[in-house]
Amino acid sequence: MTSFDLHFTLIQGSVTIEIAVSAQARAVALFGPSGAGKTSVLEVIAGLRTPQRGRLVIDGRVLFDRDAAVDVGPRHRRIGYVPQDVLLFPHLDVRRNITYGVPRTPRVGLAQLTELLDLSPLMDRRVTALSGGERQRVALARALHSGPDLLLLDEPLAAVDLPRRARITAALRRIRDGLGVPIVYVTHTPEEAAALTDYAIVMADGAVVAAGPPGEVL
Amino acid sequence: MSAEIRDIAVFTTLAALAATALMLGPGIALAWALARRQFPGKAIVETLVSLPLVMPPVATGLLLLWLLGRRGPAGRMLAAAGIEIVFTPMAVVIAMAVMGLPLLVRTARAGFEQVTRRYEQIAETLGAGPWRVFTTVTLPLASRNILAGALLGFTRALGEFGATIVVAGSIPGQTRTLAVGIYSFIETGRDDQALALLLISMAIALGAVIMANRLARAA
Repeated sequence: MTSFDLHFTLIQGSVTIEIAVSAQARAVALFGPSGAGKTSVLEVIAGLRTPQRGRLVIDGRVLFDRDAAVDVGPRHRRIGYVPQDVLLFPHLDVRRNITYGVPRTPRVGLAQLTELLDLSPLMDRRVTALSGGERQRVALARALHSGPDLLLLDEPLAAVDLPRRARITAALRRIRDGLGVPIVYVTHTPEEAAALTDYAIVMADGAVVAAGPPGEVL
Repeated sequence: MSAEIRDIAVFTTLAALAATALMLGPGIALAWALARRQFPGKAIVETLVSLPLVMPPVATGLLLLWLLGRRGPAGRMLAAAGIEIVFTPMAVVIAMAVMGLPLLVRTARAGFEQVTRRYEQIAETLGAGPWRVFTTVTLPLASRNILAGALLGFTRALGEFGATIVVAGSIPGQTRTLAVGIYSFIETGRDDQALALLLISMAIALGAVIMANRLARAA
């Protein structure tokens, strides 16, 4: 179990996103319709956006505290982020994408990742020649290879065809339980949230409308 | 081909290559800063960089002559160190670099502006520091523009005339370039030599255009 203390206000132009959640979970779902502010929450956790107010503590580690002037940079947060468009480096092949990160506390070696995400046939391919599901697996491997304390996934199954979804979900479960990497998971399908997470934050229009076990709030 | 013609062609090509090498470091740094940073005096820097594009090259040459001449601000310091620039091959290289720099900076800047910031952000979340992000993500993703800009700068350097003749003169075997040579040969009625230099210039220019087109196609 990982403790999540997410309390912040992010103002972007005319949009305000306000989050106040404390939870103990192995995986947290950020659930809600498009435009609810889910991706912005991930980017705040990753350190790519700076909230105007608040405090962000994950597993006892203060990542952001406006009042105490703490703002750990993305480079030092030890958080793996897989955005929805995955953003694999187009000029590097699969292997060099995966090994790009600077391993901090390497929990997962390349061999283990290759096995876990079924990557061996992809290793020497160009990333521009990969399918949606393959790109997602490579991006997951890249985020994990640097040994993150937390994994942020933005709709990881959105670009994956149906038969592949179950395999990626199974891999994510092994990442969560086998590797012990907690996950924050953005989705707008209740089934996905229920399959993988034990705590759900339901968002609408930048605000939290419900939070709790997925079975109760979704 | 006479030895004289050959020497002029070789010297010009080497000088243009040296000028390109000289402009690459500051050019890339300027292009990146203009694309990515807000800083006081940015508009002034932008104007200064573009100035050689719009000013008569002869005027740029005069400016360089004043700067690098023995009584000029830079020339005085160099002279104290025993370094003479004006009317030497070094002056040719500097004139070429100054004239080529705007083309490199403008093209490379567009390249940096096209690189999605989010790639750099992902690299940061993976633990990469600013220098590693720049050298392994930003620079490679902008490399095609940088290469195209360097090629433009190189061709501009090859054809440089106005600034070169003012700051370096037309000393045979010393500072005489293709463009300056063509002018000097016409002026002294040596039309055959002028024609030979013209053909060489055309061949080099053609090669550069073909390379530039290849680059554009590969992009």
